[in-house]
Amino acid sequence: MAEPTGGNVTQAGSSASDFPPFRQRHLLSIADLQQHEIIDLLNRAERMVPVSRQERKTHPTLSGKTQINLFFEPSTRTQGSFEIAGKRLGALVMNMSVKSSSVSKGETLVDTATTLNAMRPDVIVVRHSAAGAVELLSQKVGCAVINAGDGAHEHPTQALLDALTIRRHKGRINGLTVAICGDIANSRVVRSNLLLLGALNVRTRVIAPRNLLPAGIEQLATEVFTDMRKGLEGADVVMMLRLQHERANGRMIPSVREYYRFYGLDAEKLSHAKPDVIVMHPGPMNRGVEIDPAIADGPASVITDQVEMGVAVRMAVLDALLPAGDAA
Amino acid sequence: MSRPLLIENARLVDPASNTDAHGAVLVEGGVITDLALGGPIGVPEGAEVVYAAGHVLAPGLIDMRVFTGEPGKEYRETLQSASEAAAAGGVTSFVMMPDTTPVVDDGALVDFLLRRGKATSKVNILPAAALTKGLRGEEITEFGLLQEAGAVCLTDGRHSIQSSALLRTAMSYAANYDMPVVHHLADRGLVGDGVMNEGLFATVLGLKGIPREAETIPLARDLQLAALTGVRYHAAQISTAASAELVRTAKTQHRNVTAGVSINNLALNENDIGRYRTFFKLATPLRAEDDRQAMIEALRNGTIDTIHSDHDPQDSEVKRQPFAEASDGAIGLETLLAAALRLVHSGEVDLPTVLRAMTIRPAQLLGLPSGRIARGAPADLVLFDPDYPWQVSETAIRSRSRNTSFEGARLAGKVMRTIVGGQTVYLHTETA
Repeated sequence: MAEPTGGNVTQAGSSASDFPPFRQRHLLSIADLQQHEIIDLLNRAERMVPVSRQERKTHPTLSGKTQINLFFEPSTRTQGSFEIAGKRLGALVMNMSVKSSSVSKGETLVDTATTLNAMRPDVIVVRHSAAGAVELLSQKVGCAVINAGDGAHEHPTQALLDALTIRRHKGRINGLTVAICGDIANSRVVRSNLLLLGALNVRTRVIAPRNLLPAGIEQLATEVFTDMRKGLEGADVVMMLRLQHERANGRMIPSVREYYRFYGLDAEKLSHAKPDVIVMHPGPMNRGVEIDPAIADGPASVITDQVEMGVAVRMAVLDALLPAGDAA
Repeated sequence: MSRPLLIENARLVDPASNTDAHGAVLVEGGVITDLALGGPIGVPEGAEVVYAAGHVLAPGLIDMRVFTGEPGKEYRETLQSASEAAAAGGVTSFVMMPDTTPVVDDGALVDFLLRRGKATSKVNILPAAALTKGLRGEEITEFGLLQEAGAVCLTDGRHSIQSSALLRTAMSYAANYDMPVVHHLADRGLVGDGVMNEGLFATVLGLKGIPREAETIPLARDLQLAALTGVRYHAAQISTAASAELVRTAKTQHRNVTAGVSINNLALNENDIGRYRTFFKLATPLRAEDDRQAMIEALRNGTIDTIHSDHDPQDSEVKRQPFAEASDGAIGLETLLAAALRLVHSGEVDLPTVLRAMTIRPAQLLGLPSGRIARGAPADLVLFDPDYPWQVSETAIRSRSRNTSFEGARLAGKVMRTIVGGQTVYLHTETA
C-alpha cells in the first residue's frame, strides 16, 4: 500500500493539524475508544512510520514537553519504545523504574502519582502489575496518562501496533480472521486486541488449553478453541502469546514439552492457516515453548515489523494526546 | 431513675409477634412496660412523650457482624465511633468480630471489651470470641471460659478454618457449651489470588476471580459437620444461589442450622465495582445479579435468617490502591437499615421480613432478650421514617473510616430516634 509522507523537521507540528483533535485526555484502554478514534490513531501512526526511516529521525512536535516513563514492572522493549517515540518527537523523557519493593517501603501508588505530578510532566507512561492501577494513577495527576500495560487488564498501544502491522501487511483489517493462541487468562494483550479487533469487525478466535481460558471468554471472542489446528483453520493472522515459565511447573500446565506439543506454533500447525498467513508475537518470545524458532524467524513472521510499528504508534499516541500549541 | 418515655402514634412493627399496627409503647426503667395497639396509653406523670407521626417503631437492630479497630487500630474505628455509627443507623446491639489486635481469644479480652463498651459505647456491644487461638485455625480457644466472660458466639471472623478435623473438634466442643459457631466460608486454595466474583466481568477487568465453589464447598462440609456434632451452626454470610440451596436442604434435615447474608450481597452486585472501585472489594465478593436475586428469595422463604452490615472500617491508605492490592471491606452500620429498605421499596421483600432478619432472628440465635417489642423486653428501639429520602455523603459519616459501599447512594428511610435501654442515643435533626 502507498505510504503517506510523514512530517519532517521543517514542518514541526504540522501533522497533528491534518487530523481532527483527539478528544481523549488519556489512553487507558481500548474499551474507551470509539471505532473512529482507533482508525484515527492508526492513520496518525501511519504518518509517523516514515519519520523513523529518515536519516534525521526527528519530528519535534513535543519540543519542550516532559514525558515520564513510570514502570513498576521491568520491560525493556516497551519502555525503550516509548522512550524513543518521545525523543523522536522532541520531548524530554525521563525513565523511572520503580521496584515493587517501594510498596514495602510504604509509598503507595497514589503517593508516587502525587510526587510525580508536582514535577509538572505533560504525560506519564505507566506500566503496573495490577489491573486498574494506571487508571487510579490517572485520577491523581493533572497530565495525560498512557497505559503501557496494567496487570491482566489492557495494553492498548500493543493492540494498536498489532492492528497497524496487520493493516500494512494485509491492506485491510475489516473481515479478517485473527487467531490468538496461548495464555489467554493472564494476558492484557489479548483483552486489548479482542476489543480493538472486535471494533473493526474482525473474526477473532482464541486458542488455549481450558485452564488458560478465563471465564466468559466466549462472550469476548468470536470463537473459542482448545484444538490449535482447528483454531488456525483459515486464519489470516496468528498471534502467539508468551507462556510464563512459572505456569508450566505442574500447577497450571504440566510441562513445557507438553505445552509445545499441543500449543506451540510449528510448521505443521501453521499449515492449517491460510497460505499467506502472518505470524505475530508481542514479545519477548520463548523459542521452543510457544513457537518454533524456524517460524519465529521465518517468512511468515512479522514480529520485527511489530517492533517498528510500536514506535510509530507510540509517537502517534503521544502526538494525539499532546497536540502542539497545547500549553502545559 | 430516668423519666418514663411514651412513644405514641407510631406504626409498631414487631416481627416477633407478627405485629404491624398503629400503637404506642411505654418505657420505664430501661424496659418496655406497656404497649397498646390501636388505642392510647395513659401518660404517666413526668413522662417524656414522643409523637411518632406514624413513623415505624421497631425493635432496635441487632447486627451480627461488625468489625472495629479497637483494640489495635483505633485510627480506623473505636468502639465509641462504631457505636455512634450504629446509633445513627438504628442498630442497638452489634456482635463484634474478634479480628482485632490482639485477637479476642481470651476471656480477659472479652471482659475488657464489655467494660470498655459500657464506658464508651452508646449501644450494646456483644463480643464474639475467636474459635481458634490467634485466628490461626490451628488450636481451639477456651470456649467455656470465653462464654463465662460474656462472649455471645464463637467465630474466626473473616478467617475460615481450612482443616475439617479441627472444625469438627471445635463444633463438637462448642456444642458442649451450647455456643453458636459462626463461620466464614472461604476455601483458601479456590479463593487463591481471586479478588472478585469469577466471571465475564472479572475477565474484562483483568482481575482474578473467586469461584462460587470457594464458598459452597466449605459450606457443604460445615453443614455435614454441624449435623455430625449437633452444634448450633450459623453460616456467617452466603452469597450464591447454590449456597442458599445447600442451607435450605440442610434445614429440612436438622434444626440447628442458620445462615446470614451481608446487606451488600442483598443490595449490590458485581457490576457496582465499575472501574475498580475498591469500596466494593469485599471478602465475600459481590456476585452476579442472579445470585443477588437468589439471596432475596432465600430471605423471603426463610432460608436466610439474618441480615448484617459486615461493617468493616478500612482507611484510605489501604483502600486507595489498585483493586487487587486494596484491602477488603466496607463500612455499613449507618446504612444497614436504609439499604435494607431499598428491598422493601422495590417490592422485593416486605418490611416485617426484612426487620425480622435484623431483630428477633439474631436475638434468638444469640439468646438475647432484645429484638422484640414486648412487656419486659429491654427498651432497645428504633423509630424511623421509611420514606425519608437522603443521600449518603462522605462528610456526614460518623464512622472513623469512610469506605462505604453506598457512597453517594440515594436511599429512602432514615432513623429518627434510636433508644438503647430506654435512653435516646440518637435523635435525627434536620441540617442544612
